[in-house]
Amino acid sequence: MIQTDRMLDAKGLACPMPIVRTRKAMKDMLEGQVLEVQSTDPGTVADLQAWAKSAGHHYVGNVQEADVWHHYVRKADNGELQEKKYPVTIMNEQLTDKLREPNTVLLDVREPTEYAFSHIPGALSVPLGQLEEKAAYFDKNQNIFVICRTGNRSDMACQTLSEAGFEFVTNVVPGMSGWNGDTENTTGGTK
Amino acid sequence: MRAIQASEVAKKVIREEPLFILDVRNEDAFKDWKIDGKQVRHMNVPYFELLDGIEEIEDSLPKDQEILVVCAKEGSSIMVADMLDEEGYSVAYLQGGMKAWSEHLEPVKVGDLKSGGELYQFVRIGKGCLSYMVTSDGEAAVVDATRMTNVYSEFADQLGVKITHVLDTHLHADHISGGRKLAEAAGATYWLPPKDAEEVTFNFAALEEDASIQIGKTKIDIQPLYSPGHTIGSTSFIVDDSYLMTGDILFIDSIGRPDLAGLAEDWVGDLRESLYSRYQELSEELIVLPAHFMIMDELNDDGSVAEKLGVLYERNHGLNIEDEEQFRELVTGNLPPQPNAYQEIRQTNMGKVQPDEETQREMEIGPNRCAVR
Repeated sequence: MIQTDRMLDAKGLACPMPIVRTRKAMKDMLEGQVLEVQSTDPGTVADLQAWAKSAGHHYVGNVQEADVWHHYVRKADNGELQEKKYPVTIMNEQLTDKLREPNTVLLDVREPTEYAFSHIPGALSVPLGQLEEKAAYFDKNQNIFVICRTGNRSDMACQTLSEAGFEFVTNVVPGMSGWNGDTENTTGGTK
Repeated sequence: MRAIQASEVAKKVIREEPLFILDVRNEDAFKDWKIDGKQVRHMNVPYFELLDGIEEIEDSLPKDQEILVVCAKEGSSIMVADMLDEEGYSVAYLQGGMKAWSEHLEPVKVGDLKSGGELYQFVRIGKGCLSYMVTSDGEAAVVDATRMTNVYSEFADQLGVKITHVLDTHLHADHISGGRKLAEAAGATYWLPPKDAEEVTFNFAALEEDASIQIGKTKIDIQPLYSPGHTIGSTSFIVDDSYLMTGDILFIDSIGRPDLAGLAEDWVGDLRESLYSRYQELSEELIVLPAHFMIMDELNDDGSVAEKLGVLYERNHGLNIEDEEQFRELVTGNLPPQPNAYQEIRQTNMGKVQPDEETQREMEIGPNRCAVR
């Protein structure tokens, strides 16, 4: 079961209705939230991806169960266009070596759906919205690396951690969108 | 707003009438295949870009010509056509969408046979597949049937003939054969080249070179001619001493590719032997009827795809490469992408898997790619 913010049942609907309904549902959602769309029309797979791309949303992936597709779409987040503020960063390519050092942890601050479809082995899933609450459990002496899709949510997460008194925090850029190393997918679906 | 059937669009394309198509499928689907024609103009805007209205594309739409809106199945095209209709455009949508276009067969009479029969070609214009019906004295044979078998059954009923023989020139890799289904429904004999049928899971009659098949009492001969190269079993048919059905060995403007059922390197020699030696011995007056066409230019004015063998020996580049090495290079070095799902299609045609109709449809999506040019 993949955790999302909302589910839209478009089963049995033929084109164009799944897209029309998805578009309407997205309007009522908050930036960064994830919508699950269930559909049975095979044409929806290509069309939802093309629509999301054109509308600026992030098509996270889909899982097929019997005749039903479960699609996961994350609403466009305008914050992603903002300038990054947290000064300590490393490039994706340097991360693998850093993680081999003792006393390090990698936090993935994307939504649980995004994490489920593709994450770096060993990364802990801590969605940005839950970070403040969970920060109390982390060790302030640890080296903390933070990753998201494009480096923006992780930038905000680094600032949050820094304000909470964490000194050894590093933002990984550009993030999962440019990651070429190993990944794990726990959904059984396709990205 | 009106619904246009695939058959009407096919006739417009064949007659080279001007046609403006607003294709509202997503860009990838449009790039993969579309309705082609000499006088067809296209505009591709996915339907989901038009949900708020058509203002943004209005400058590009013709005001004095009917707009044909096309999508995958028809739902989205109706929505967009409605919007255009409200704005006062002359507009139509393709009934059944590209699905119907892919499945439409346009029957064209190729000619009368010497002893009283007739020969029809079924042009699957959306996919480039060609199949045939030979009739004589109340009986009919169907060659390279597509999976839309009711088209042949209904056509035979209209002509008042009974389908007694169904033949495939080879084991197809680009489309699902309707041969077995049609033969079973009609109580006809299903013929296959034995060398292509070693793994099939059903009974069939073996096409052997010296045994001709007779249609009707007036004796229309279908003479099998072993002509390997596209597949190891590929067999051509000489019909009524006048027509040469070449399957996927020889097309009007190209030749068959040798790699879909094995290795190009292994069969290139067979392909050359068939084209440069076996066919050379035949009469130049024979009219070549292939199992495919690739581009609309290959259609004659009446929509048929047919040309004299002698003319092909003059004009078809693939028949005019004297150097054997150069020929080898053309057919092994230049191969186009393989057809969609061709391995699964071969398995289906062998009877090893039985996908449902919707899956068969998906498997056949896109253009056929059986030729090298």
